[in-house]
Amino acid sequence: MSAIILSVKELTVSFDGFKAVDGLSLVVERNELRCVIGPNGAGKTTLLDMVCGKTKPTQGVITFKDLELTRMSEYKITRAGVGRKFQNPSVYEDLTVLENLEISYPKQRGVVGSLFFRRTAELRLRIDEVADQVYLRDYLDNKAGLLSHGQKQWLEIGMLLMQDPELLLLDEPVAGMSPREREQTAELLKRIAPGRCLMVIEHDMAFVKMIAHKVTVLHQGRLLAEGSMEEIQKDERVIDVYLGH
Amino acid sequence: MGNRLGILGIVTLAILLLAILPNVLDPFRLNLVSKYLVFAVVGVGIVLLWGYGGILSLGQGIFFGLGGYLMAMFLKLEASAPELPDFMVWSSTETLPWWWEPYHSLTFTLISIVVLPSALAFVLSYAVFRKRVSGVYFAIITLALALTMTVLLVGQQGYTGGANGITDFKTLAGMSIISDDGKRVLYFVQVLMLFAVMGMAIAIVKSRVGKILIAIRDREDRVRFSGYDTALFKAFAFTVGALFASIGGALYSMQVGLITPTLVGAVASIELVIYVAVGGRMSIIGAVYGALLVGWAKSMISENFPTMWLFFIGGLFIVITMFLPSGLAGLFARLGNKSADGAQRSSGGKEGAR
Repeated sequence: MSAIILSVKELTVSFDGFKAVDGLSLVVERNELRCVIGPNGAGKTTLLDMVCGKTKPTQGVITFKDLELTRMSEYKITRAGVGRKFQNPSVYEDLTVLENLEISYPKQRGVVGSLFFRRTAELRLRIDEVADQVYLRDYLDNKAGLLSHGQKQWLEIGMLLMQDPELLLLDEPVAGMSPREREQTAELLKRIAPGRCLMVIEHDMAFVKMIAHKVTVLHQGRLLAEGSMEEIQKDERVIDVYLGH
Repeated sequence: MGNRLGILGIVTLAILLLAILPNVLDPFRLNLVSKYLVFAVVGVGIVLLWGYGGILSLGQGIFFGLGGYLMAMFLKLEASAPELPDFMVWSSTETLPWWWEPYHSLTFTLISIVVLPSALAFVLSYAVFRKRVSGVYFAIITLALALTMTVLLVGQQGYTGGANGITDFKTLAGMSIISDDGKRVLYFVQVLMLFAVMGMAIAIVKSRVGKILIAIRDREDRVRFSGYDTALFKAFAFTVGALFASIGGALYSMQVGLITPTLVGAVASIELVIYVAVGGRMSIIGAVYGALLVGWAKSMISENFPTMWLFFIGGLFIVITMFLPSGLAGLFARLGNKSADGAQRSSGGKEGAR
């Protein structure tokens, strides 16, 4: 089996003539923790939106393993093994942490299956295990709406882990977190990366340095540079448009 | 709503409906209670659809009307056999239309009351939800459909009885439904159906579907990205709502002895939503009490001040939305929580987010 999990070729999307992403190509491999950086409006979030099916590209091909994603609906892309975390933590505030994780369990997702769904011991074990990983073991019975901002971010990552996806798309996972929470999140991401493939959008360069295997820099919808953190930091063009200010 | 409070509410309701009311009310008043309970059945469906799924339908009258008319066809045929129904004769329809024929059979009638409105609701709503139409736009579509349905019923006088609807029933499978004894039997049938519908709704709400509906209401996008076909779940909720409305409509025809286009239209549909808003849109048991209370108020006010009813219901709706967004159930939950201090408020998270 090939090590390439995600491959994007000549991807373009235009909104009323404005090209948010313009002829972008990139490849992400298994076990890789890839960070995507770039100034505001560089097309980072739009790129993730297209991979997970939220936005349909105007042109280009997105391949996940050997599946062509561009024409698939969101829930089918998710079922194929792509998990998406949004920029603003989106959790179900009226449900408990436990219920949030349970809903994300990737079995019996039809209406009939859901009517007769029972919480098995095995599922309970899995929920505890994920809750441990995302530092929420003591909060299982709390309403998600009462969690702190950082905890909501973790819960959403936990919800993705319940789905056991091969590709995780994380949009600013440490936004609004304290320095200590950032460190914990970095540990968490490093721990879950093996066997999967993570794409992380982040503005916090210290955080990127902590986790990134490889960094992709976008600028005005195009690929500006790609390489290890050191290479990127030395790159003149990157310093010009992004790191310099 | 706390669990204990819910159980207390159900037990009280059972005692009230099975032991107290049948013994203290005269047959006329008891029949009125049957009528209120018809709306309670519809209301339970609206709780599921609107309270849990966040889907506001202003067209539940369509399905209420379908159930009511289907039942009325059977009752009318039985009442006028072996001749043609009177309204057909008056509109010079000379032979029974082919699609009336199967309604000589009670079994067929009952099956069609369950199947037809549900099938229509599912096909229609799945198509709309797949197109990502929701919120106010969906409510407007259902409202327009309710209006269309009224126009259709009024226009086809020879087949539907026109503006007068279908009236003058006598028996149901041989049992008189206009005598006091018959009405008493129907009252208990009504209570039984109400508890059956409530049981179904509670089972759905307690299952994973109930949680997914809440999740869809709050963050539909997130649910899609958890791998669910959200349109299917919303269509399911809409279908169950339609089924309950249809059952309610069929019971109405039996209890009241008539069905007319006014019960199908926009105003009737909106009144149904108000019943639920008063009881509390997140509470199945609340919707039942809401229907009982508003129904009783409607009878009292219409008897004493015939012109005031619409003003009253309008005012009530404004007061409820402004001061009691979770209806009577919310009020009771709040009072209950004051004594059981520190208990989590049912809507705490939601209010925090606003």
